Amino acid sequence: MLTYRSIQELVDAADAAHCTIGELTLRQQAEEMGQDEIMLLRQMDKNFAVMEEAITFGQRREQTSMSGLTGGEGWKMLEYSRRGEGVSGTFMSRAMSRALAVAGCNASMGKIVAAPTAGSCGILPACLVSLLEDRGADRDAVVMSMFTAGAFGMVIAQRASIAGAQGGCQAECGSAAGMAAAAMVEIMGGTPQQCADACAIAIVNQMGLVCDPVAGLVEIPCIKRNVAGVMTAFSSADMALAGIRPYIPADECVEAMREVGDALPVALKETAIGGLAGTPTGKALREKVFGKEQN
Amino acid sequence: MNVFDIIGPVMIGPSSSHTAGAVRLGRVVNKIMDGKQPEKVTITLSGSFARTYKGHGTDRAILAGILGYHSWDAEIRDALEIARERKLNYEFVCRDIPNAHPNTAAIHFLLPDGTEGEVVGASVGGGNIRVDEVNGLRVDFNGDCSTILVMHLDRPGVIADVTQLMRAKYPDANIANFRLSRKERGGESIMTIEIDGVATEGMAADLREVDNVINALLIKRV
Repeated sequence: MLTYRSIQELVDAADAAHCTIGELTLRQQAEEMGQDEIMLLRQMDKNFAVMEEAITFGQRREQTSMSGLTGGEGWKMLEYSRRGEGVSGTFMSRAMSRALAVAGCNASMGKIVAAPTAGSCGILPACLVSLLEDRGADRDAVVMSMFTAGAFGMVIAQRASIAGAQGGCQAECGSAAGMAAAAMVEIMGGTPQQCADACAIAIVNQMGLVCDPVAGLVEIPCIKRNVAGVMTAFSSADMALAGIRPYIPADECVEAMREVGDALPVALKETAIGGLAGTPTGKALREKVFGKEQN
Repeated sequence: MNVFDIIGPVMIGPSSSHTAGAVRLGRVVNKIMDGKQPEKVTITLSGSFARTYKGHGTDRAILAGILGYHSWDAEIRDALEIARERKLNYEFVCRDIPNAHPNTAAIHFLLPDGTEGEVVGASVGGGNIRVDEVNGLRVDFNGDCSTILVMHLDRPGVIADVTQLMRAKYPDANIANFRLSRKERGGESIMTIEIDGVATEGMAADLREVDNVINALLIKRV
């Protein structure tokens, strides 16, 4: 019986059953929800299809957010990736474009999959679709890895938080990066322990990130922080696959993230008061969208 | 919690509380109107809803819900236009409701037959909602279960009649939550009955026949 209260528990159970964390989670969830594994796989495949559509939606040149503050980032990055290698290579610029596209799709009232939240919805799709389209990963393996991502997310949600209002951006984009890193390690053939290591490293590298949305909208800086989450997920997955250990076990990293989240001042937890939201330009942008009476 | 709470829900952005939850509040009104299209709705936005609705599309989301759309329907984005096409007269008012949750909306509706009603509810985070008031009476339900609202006169024995009928005709219906509220002694009252599993449509119709019951409505999971 899985409680999803410990990452170590996931690793041990998968090792004992000689399967991946994704397969383990699928089996257990099917049992708990009283449904066939096939049905769950089909539902997850549908969610993946929504992610793919969100990328297409957000890579259109004319994509504009509801507030008018942002738009076209996914398209710009895609064009950039077509012009040359970029600084971090075409693979990465294409991945970045996907993250920008999904986050932009969200900001323009398009359809997305909260993964784990709407604010961090670009990270998992960008990572998974990049492995599928640009690395030749198997679609079934990608869909299976979403159960892995979900399992890590459930542990983080139960032991720390996945809400920016509770734990800051680390709880949203940090959790998403950890989930995506674990999923990618599994797709690339890593062990359950390496999945846990990748998740731990990603959480460590996003720790302390505050939630300071300008005008309280899921746009500035959220859209770009999805890209940061993708970069963290890739680097963490690579480190884990290279055999680099996090030194601090994943569960303790999650606990630390919770403590850091608790210690963050309220002004930096989705209240649109501190951080970027409180800068002169942040306030001016707020006024531009909502008018003058909104301090 | 299950895996689809983390890899999901599928929703129209940008915000689970200001958009997806707002659709669900609108859907409660749609159910209370029994799926009928109102002639006019007046939507009062309070707190954070009032201050940020433009950027989050909260107005479109609530209207879409009133029109019967789900939180994952692409039509939400065009809900204002759809409402105009369907000749639904709508008005948004920004006014803080005292002591209300920061994301609260009060939705007043007028049906073509002259029936009026009002629902007050809040989007409490992650797409979850809480309905606080129906037609001026306190209620408390979240739209996750099947909920039966029984509007009735405050008379001795009405609750017993209602629950006895449920027991006799629907022995499998287990009451998960029950709440009673009244305006004044002997006056208009409302029972909020949340039921495990799926409640059948016939239940509300049967309950309407109970003495002193004015109306009964089934609100399926929104």
